[in-house]
Amino acid sequence: MFPTPVQKAAPWVRHAYTIILPIALILWLLPLIGVAITSVRPSTDLAAGNYFGIPSRFAGIDNYTAVFRDSPIGWYILNSFKVTIPTVIGAVGLACLSGFALAVYRFRANLLIFFLFVAGNFIPFQILMVPVRDMTLRAGLYDSIAGLVLFHIAFQTGFCTLFMRNFITSLPFALIESARVEGVSEWRIFRYIVLPLMRPAIAALSVLVFTFIWNDYFWATVLVQGQHAMPVTAGLYSLNGQWIAAWHLVSAGSIVAAMPPVLMFFLMQKHFIAGLTLGATKG
Amino acid sequence: MGSTVSARSGFWKRNQQRLAPWLFLAPGMIMFAIYVIIPIFQSIWISFYDWDGLGPKTWIGLGNYVELLDDEAFYTSLKNNILWLVLYLLAVPAGLAVALFLNQTVTGIRLYKSLFFFPFVISQVVVGLIFTWFYAPDFGLLSALIKTLTGQSIAILADERYVTLGIIAAGLWPQIAYCMILYLTGLNNINPEQVEAARMDGARGWSLLWNIILPQLGPATFIAIVVTVIGALRSFDLVSIMTDGGPYGSSRVLSFYMYEQALSEYGYRMGYGAAIAVVLFMIMMVFITLFIVRMLMRERHA
Repeated sequence: MFPTPVQKAAPWVRHAYTIILPIALILWLLPLIGVAITSVRPSTDLAAGNYFGIPSRFAGIDNYTAVFRDSPIGWYILNSFKVTIPTVIGAVGLACLSGFALAVYRFRANLLIFFLFVAGNFIPFQILMVPVRDMTLRAGLYDSIAGLVLFHIAFQTGFCTLFMRNFITSLPFALIESARVEGVSEWRIFRYIVLPLMRPAIAALSVLVFTFIWNDYFWATVLVQGQHAMPVTAGLYSLNGQWIAAWHLVSAGSIVAAMPPVLMFFLMQKHFIAGLTLGATKG
Repeated sequence: MGSTVSARSGFWKRNQQRLAPWLFLAPGMIMFAIYVIIPIFQSIWISFYDWDGLGPKTWIGLGNYVELLDDEAFYTSLKNNILWLVLYLLAVPAGLAVALFLNQTVTGIRLYKSLFFFPFVISQVVVGLIFTWFYAPDFGLLSALIKTLTGQSIAILADERYVTLGIIAAGLWPQIAYCMILYLTGLNNINPEQVEAARMDGARGWSLLWNIILPQLGPATFIAIVVTVIGALRSFDLVSIMTDGGPYGSSRVLSFYMYEQALSEYGYRMGYGAAIAVVLFMIMMVFITLFIVRMLMRERHA
């Protein structure tokens, strides 16, 4: 193990480590802690200049109720779910199919198509912006959830295919070979042999894509204009314009908007990290 | 009838192996082509036109690119993008440092690791708002700190000298967390026997890290660099949230300037925006090519 475990080090090193660790964490999360405290601070504190001290009283319930009551943030959150969940299902579903194709079959264009997916997934969004916006407008899907979902599914398919293909490649190929020898059809091989083995990859990808899409801001501003389809990222930004200097509300709104992916992360931590670090270990 | 059915199923039987991959690929490929591959070429095409997004397009050849050469705002954005790229890469060594710090087995370390990773899970919009507050003059935590230390008050996001640095620092926060998690996974998979053998030979500290550990962390480093370069060139959210490009356009980056030109209230300049996007795309292509070549080499190796 590297670095040397502190258990083997001198006692003072061990003690220093246990003291430094929480201090480092607090410093690291200081901006976040500040926002969390501000979100439960009464507005009178801010007016009186009490920005850093202990809140004069706990106003968390007031602030969070105010955010939900006086702003459409609840609606924005609902929109975010309406965009995110179909995208996760669509992109992961398509990637199961295309990843299987690229992992299992040998054909001439295989690597070319694979690298097209990989490269497409690295490009700057701006190169797609004008045509995609134009296409969405002409299809009558501008300013709608469906327009956003379709784009996200298509774009995420690149990353998801890369992920699935690498995952299936690491499965034992002999399993597929022997099924073929027995005359099992290709679809049944996919459906009954490979797909059940893909469960961990599907879980990992779903959590990742959920976070990516939930946190998307750029496409939410390009493809959506009105409140009715606006996801919470773009919504929070527009609310920020209305809540000038009402930092207790901005903070509460930020925490609300950040919550779903954070919960997702803590509940599915193992899958999330497995997904994110795929390829970080294989040489 | 019966013979046609059996002929057809015979055809399917004979060619199943050859056709199956294309059938599996079709849905994903069609979607990806419509929304990703074709629009790249459309953008390049549009960049040769003068177009407001609604009316007719006027062919102006390289006109948009010629205009770019004389555009002060374009150079500011380009310069900022380079600054982003260089400073953002600090996330890689910083992430390694945090990972080394946390790679211990004391009680509660798992929770510590998750909490250190926390910033990455939060949306950049929220990160931007958090840091706007953190930097706010008079009552921001950082401004207060600077004031007590130096006696001066600095409005980081309103000062042309510091604004881009301030935004990059905000971006580094989640990016360091990302690199950290890549390295923690990498460290977890290091061959312990090699490390012990090197220790027997007297390797310690830096030389152990440099000669034994880092080479084994190669894949993690590669991915950390890839995601950081992409992140730096994609930086849009933070600029839009924290400063909207200001003050006086000094914190613009190419991705933001493109958006501003194509979709601003001052008139839609789709052609000009597309030209900026093409420049950004070309810069990214250099890196994409490098990544792909490396992946291809590994693929051949396997």
